[in-house]
Amino acid sequence: MSKPQSEQVTVSVFLVFTAILRRDLLLAFRRRSDFFNPLAFFLIVCSLFPLGVGPNPQQLALLAPGILWVVALLACLLSSDTLFRNDYDDGSLALMLLSPVSLYVQVLAKTLAHWLLTGFPLTLLSPLLGLLLQLPSEGMLALMMAMAVGTASLSFIGAIGAGLTVGLRKGGLLLSLIILPLYIPVLIFGVGTVKAAVEGFNYMGPLAVLGAFLALAITLAPLAIAAGVRISIDN
Amino acid sequence: MVSILQTVDLCCERDDRVLVSGLNLDIEQGLIYQVEGPNGSGKTSLLRVLCGLSSRYTGSLTWRGQSVQQARSQFHAELLYLGHDSGVKAALSPRENLIWHAALKGLNGRSADEAIMAALEKVGLYGYEDSPCFALSAGQQRRVGLARLFLGCSRLWILDEPFTAIDKKGVAELEQWIEAYVQGGGTVILTTHHELTISQPVCRITLGDQ
Repeated sequence: MSKPQSEQVTVSVFLVFTAILRRDLLLAFRRRSDFFNPLAFFLIVCSLFPLGVGPNPQQLALLAPGILWVVALLACLLSSDTLFRNDYDDGSLALMLLSPVSLYVQVLAKTLAHWLLTGFPLTLLSPLLGLLLQLPSEGMLALMMAMAVGTASLSFIGAIGAGLTVGLRKGGLLLSLIILPLYIPVLIFGVGTVKAAVEGFNYMGPLAVLGAFLALAITLAPLAIAAGVRISIDN
Repeated sequence: MVSILQTVDLCCERDDRVLVSGLNLDIEQGLIYQVEGPNGSGKTSLLRVLCGLSSRYTGSLTWRGQSVQQARSQFHAELLYLGHDSGVKAALSPRENLIWHAALKGLNGRSADEAIMAALEKVGLYGYEDSPCFALSAGQQRRVGLARLFLGCSRLWILDEPFTAIDKKGVAELEQWIEAYVQGGGTVILTTHHELTISQPVCRITLGDQ
């Protein structure tokens, strides 16, 4: 018992953040099918619309912003269920709770990894699908910017629902019921940004609102996610 | 002896069944505590309450004189919990798994690499450090979880059935590790149905005999 009794153990917050981010990206790289699922969904559903609605360019161009956003929304919803599922099943989530670093930082890292694996590739893919749906070229830049900012908010909102429902065996439907209503503001301003750009107006207004949503989501959503995860583990 | 973890009048219930009631524990530094009881008597539930994963209890729980909620970060820095699920990802190699666990304990860079290799060697996984965990046997996967015991400088081990899926030689080794840890001033709380052959005195906490 020569050691000091209560040595102050300090664990770097940044170290834990990057360790979780790297682990999640590495896991996605090892299990590529999970990663391609939402992207394939986005691609397939968007390419079905011209077949269903008809190939009339004017009609498609009118519908394109809405279609792209609704499908992106559903792709994010589809992938958010798995956000905490694997960690819950193998006990890693409980270990995260037992870390001296606050859960806020850890869920922030997990959500950022989730965005890098879903929202970011969706953003990169969106101009291609915009082209497929006859979206006028003036809307492309606005679409990409709105997608980048908007899908990040979607990841945070999805993580709140995922954290709350991860302890339930069949939480899929409940998850959709919890988070779809919260997705709606992002949908409205996301479509608004693209429409404004297509019609030649200044689209900075709705884009700024999306940015404000994201700022709010980054600061407040991890609190809700951490609380949800705590409740899910605590039973 | 210094008391580190104390419970006063601890009660916990699950699904309307009382598992533990009026439990007064005084966990002292440098001792081994074995929680005993038949299946379903609440051993795991008690360990989850003690390590702060579950809040479904009444009574008080203090770590070095402070309530566990107040001293949470310090308590968790000194605690190592090994549950039924050891937090090992099948898609990652033992080394990749442990990098993350080491980061949670505040190790990184070269010191983490050295600690991880030493820990893997100790649990007999030297040579397997880069093969994916799904290719390892159940016992070897369990050993990856056990390697966490040697990362960082925890002062209290809470082990839930640590001997599961471990071979005879491994059981003897784990008993030695527990003994050495306790001699070095550590404290161990564990559940097991296995008879411990340890020269140190083992304090027994018996559940479910009312």
